[in-house]
Amino acid sequence: MIVASNLGKRYPGGYEAVRDVSFAIDAGQMVFITGHSGAGKTTLIKLIASIERPTAGSLVVNGQNLSALRRSAIPYVRRHLGMVFQDQKLLFDRSALDNVLLPLQIAGLPRREAIRRASAALDKVGLLAREKARPIALSGGEQQRLAIARAVVNRPTILIADEPTGNLDAESASEILELFADFNRVGVTVVVATHDQSWIERYHANVLRLDHGRLAA
Amino acid sequence: MSAWLSQHRAALASAFRRLWATPLNTLLSLLVIGIALTLPGFGYVALDNLRDLGNGASSVQQISLFMNLDASKKEVGEIENRLKQATTGNWRFVPKEEALKRMQASEGMAEIVASLPRNPLPDAFIIEPTNSEPEALEILRKEIAGWPKVAHVQLDSAWVKRFDAFLKLAKLALWMLAGIFAAGLVAVTFNTIRLQVMAQAAEIEVARMIGATDAFIRRPFYYYGALQGALGGLLAAGLVLGALHLLAEPVGDLAALYGGSFGLRLPGVVEIVALAASGAFLGWLGAQLSVSLSLRKLD
Repeated sequence: MIVASNLGKRYPGGYEAVRDVSFAIDAGQMVFITGHSGAGKTTLIKLIASIERPTAGSLVVNGQNLSALRRSAIPYVRRHLGMVFQDQKLLFDRSALDNVLLPLQIAGLPRREAIRRASAALDKVGLLAREKARPIALSGGEQQRLAIARAVVNRPTILIADEPTGNLDAESASEILELFADFNRVGVTVVVATHDQSWIERYHANVLRLDHGRLAA
Repeated sequence: MSAWLSQHRAALASAFRRLWATPLNTLLSLLVIGIALTLPGFGYVALDNLRDLGNGASSVQQISLFMNLDASKKEVGEIENRLKQATTGNWRFVPKEEALKRMQASEGMAEIVASLPRNPLPDAFIIEPTNSEPEALEILRKEIAGWPKVAHVQLDSAWVKRFDAFLKLAKLALWMLAGIFAAGLVAVTFNTIRLQVMAQAAEIEVARMIGATDAFIRRPFYYYGALQGALGGLLAAGLVLGALHLLAEPVGDLAALYGGSFGLRLPGVVEIVALAASGAFLGWLGAQLSVSLSLRKLD
């Protein structure tokens, strides 16, 4: 599902965030990317999400070689991924429902069908009662769950999250994690970057540990 | 297809919402665009009316031939023969007696005519050549002027030529004015769209992250620019109509003072739509330039 070989990313200016990384993630796996801050977790996540482009090696996601992708093809690749960010990247000028509707509008779904699906996604993360609320009125945990609803509403095959619990208290964090595990159970490949060791022990998930941009054994 | 349509509908709706969300800004932009389009629009209507006026007056091309006062009947007959050979078209002899009678009939002239010791008017011919090309008329005029006992030949179309030249000049000036204001309109739209893109940087970033194509991101801005331009065009049409409405009566009075009747021709639906459409096109153009530049900055 996700195959990296000798993957590298060097930023303009010479900083090498990821070097010579090779791994394979099978469909339906749940994988944690861990490591100290600055180890390259976020860069690796961005590479998988085609937000950044590899400068060395190759990265194949969903059968698409991202290093050879035309710029105009990137949006269609992203539609098959669900992305959750540490800072959520919610839109504060619209309701929770409208936030979740955005990916479906982008995909061009008819409005009625889109609302049905968005409501289902909100229900799944336990926010259906708050669909009319603006994100600013939601707690940190609720905001992150809203971001997850937006990430999964397109029924992606891969769910990618960058430090999704970074700003949350332990209880909210564990709710979020439980949600990821739920999606994994129904067959979604889940890749989460985190520095939270307790998660890894709890879910016996596969781990990619990065150290200064390289995979640690 | 239906997905495509619904995306366009959504983009249009979003453009309306954005216009509506900042009513004061929208109103100011519309005023700027409206005024920029009003001047060329008004100029166009004014020229159109002038052309109407010119056409009405010059539909009959005439040459007036005045004989010398001392020309005898025989000499007049000679000219008549020459006219028969020279011109293809109608001509009419106006004897001096008839001319005097007509003058007497004019209001306020009877007393003046009565006080004259003798008839001061010459015999005359009014010629209406079939070939009314300005050049042909000019040649004919010169020929007739050389005939014996002809005092004066007047080509009544000379002023039409001058008027036409004036219209051409005014038209050119109008196009230049329109060009300048069109550039202004594009610049205004460019700026409002740039501010819009900046205000929506967060939304654009998120939309890109979750798979929005460039077309999806640009579309609402295009609609915004075009919509703003079209509304500005309609506002301009309203201003032109309002101005003409105010002018209609004074113009009518003025025409009546010159003994004519002249009604201002108001712009029709086609012209109003054309004004709105040019506004929309220029707005779209400004949006296109602005979005391309502004999005490059966000990349």
